[in-house]
Amino acid sequence: MTPLTSYLLLSAFLFSIGLAGALSRRSSIMVLIGIEIMLNAANLNFIAFWRFGPAPTALTGVMFTIFSIAVAAAEAAVGLSIILAVYRRTRSTDLEPTEAPHR
Amino acid sequence: MTLVFLILAAITILGLGAAMSLRNPVHCVVGLTIGFLGLAALYLQLGAQFVGLTQVLVYVGAVAILIIFAIMMMRSSESPEQQPYSRSWRVGVAIAFAVYCVLGWAVHFGAHTLPTQAATPELSVQQIGDALLHRFVLPLEIIAVLLTAALIGAGVLALQDPAGEVRGPR
Amino acid sequence: MIVFSASGAERADQIFVLTKYWLMGYVPTAVQPLASAVLSVVPILLVFPLIFAITTLLERKGLGRIQNRYGPNRVGPWGLLQPMADGLKSLTKEDIVPDSADKWVHLCAPLLLVVASFLAYAVLPIGRNMVVANLSAGVLFFFAIGALVEVAIFMAGWSSRSKYSLLGAMRAIAQMVSYETPLVLAGLVAVMATGSLSTVAIVEAQAQYTGIFPHWFVFTPWGFAGFVLFMIAATAESNRSPFDLPEGESEIIAGYYIEYSGFKFALFFLGEYLGMFATSGMAITLFLGGWSAPFSFLTWVPSYLWFFIKLLAITCGFIWVRGTLPRLRMDQLMHFAWKFMLPMTLLNIFVAAAWKFLPAGIVRWFGCAIFLAIAFVLLTRGLKRRGEFRARQYRFAE
Repeated sequence: MTPLTSYLLLSAFLFSIGLAGALSRRSSIMVLIGIEIMLNAANLNFIAFWRFGPAPTALTGVMFTIFSIAVAAAEAAVGLSIILAVYRRTRSTDLEPTEAPHR
Repeated sequence: MTLVFLILAAITILGLGAAMSLRNPVHCVVGLTIGFLGLAALYLQLGAQFVGLTQVLVYVGAVAILIIFAIMMMRSSESPEQQPYSRSWRVGVAIAFAVYCVLGWAVHFGAHTLPTQAATPELSVQQIGDALLHRFVLPLEIIAVLLTAALIGAGVLALQDPAGEVRGPR
Repeated sequence: MIVFSASGAERADQIFVLTKYWLMGYVPTAVQPLASAVLSVVPILLVFPLIFAITTLLERKGLGRIQNRYGPNRVGPWGLLQPMADGLKSLTKEDIVPDSADKWVHLCAPLLLVVASFLAYAVLPIGRNMVVANLSAGVLFFFAIGALVEVAIFMAGWSSRSKYSLLGAMRAIAQMVSYETPLVLAGLVAVMATGSLSTVAIVEAQAQYTGIFPHWFVFTPWGFAGFVLFMIAATAESNRSPFDLPEGESEIIAGYYIEYSGFKFALFFLGEYLGMFATSGMAITLFLGGWSAPFSFLTWVPSYLWFFIKLLAITCGFIWVRGTLPRLRMDQLMHFAWKFMLPMTLLNIFVAAAWKFLPAGIVRWFGCAIFLAIAFVLLTRGLKRRGEFRARQYRFAE
């Protein structure tokens, strides 16, 4: 297995871990963590392709990763403040309430 | 598939796997931090020094701390969740497994078309700075606006007291 | 082969580098990279804990003298063996872990803190050609490692499952996160002036002399402002007085390490002081010229001696500030970080950029200095709160 395929398989595995968590966890914060894991897996993909790709001096992979990190940080901040606002309303972070919301 | 890659991949998989499967949210964040550090080490191994260090600075130093604060503020760490997984968690895991199979199949069957450049490209921070201000200046400015909007938006969302009253102990 | 025909001063300067190469000659080729790494790292592991021990004594005696009393003077002449007594005490005390504490996180927190604090020394140039790892993004590495310390503090505070420790940890993290931005921005002006993120390049840019005066960045208006802002942010990052609310002994007993005893407490203490030395070392590298001598006729003194003399001076400054200034309250602390330090560092970056583009001469000196002075005065006057007293409002998540 060439190094590039091993990195790609690793990033696919990390992506599926994040996806599994985002789809099966109950708390909205854990779903956000899953989303962050998925973004990180994509970043790893970019860097692996930059390293082994045909034109590393164009720096496309590195630039994309830097912007992706910035966007992920912004999205985590806004996402968490949304979760906080919803928590203030419903007093829980549960995505599957067992009874109907009574507000 | 060198030994270093295997060790780092194992650390990353263990950390991120723990992040998604543990019961206590704070344990999950610790696992997440370990996963981020493993990924940063992988970036350093691939020769992208600046990206690896930025990953530690932003993800470990900001995003993980942010998630910790959110968990603390929402008091979800005090009592570990009775049921951390949703009722349809098997479907979720199955979908994720299916996605992994598709991606793995794509990588495996396209492996012969992939490039195999051997030498580590020289990447100085100067080149990144040049690229940011010449070729990628528009994304840079848009990111700046986006971060400002996120800062203001997150602040506004988190500061609002519902129905305008002040809660808390007197 | 190293030619041993260098002059006496050069040989004294490079004695550690030459010793390392001499020792490497005896190591078989296969093991050489590992041996090189070990030989570079072991002096750091030996020297800085020794400086930590000396500093604990220096601090206690210095604080004592400031407070008009003697410091410890029982153990050994003038109390010189006090660090040994402290070390023995912390090693032999019982290690108490609370019953409801999270055992693994409780154990890993001081370890992570000490590891992160030691890692930061990898990019500090202690002397000429004496840096453990010459990374091309050394300054960025240093600030990234600082972020690891915050996670360790949170782990310590949360795992103890005690209200005081959790409160202390939240305060500590809020403080460290708030002061991290001014720290990075204040250090950024030195990077701008040099054009490189490598610590070795920054020191070498400052090791030039015009006449007898060195080109240290602290002697420029933006460098002086940057140095002062960096030191204030460094004091806050190390949770030292006057920013030691998270661990103030009269406030919250010991904050996030309240449930630690014995050796783990000593590790926390060690980690905190190591962080202080590392940030001082970075300030020396960025602003005070690293290992370069203050006057060109003093370059015969070995470079590593200059580094440690400057480190000693900054440590004495820390101790002096601790003994003199009262503690800042949490809201005063946050107010200071976000409303004073952040605008000031941003304006400092602007001034440093203007410095680079103005022609050299007396005009740019005065222009930059006056701009910074006006900015300082306006920020401090404009932010002075009017003396109203209101009922304090609390904001929680519910």
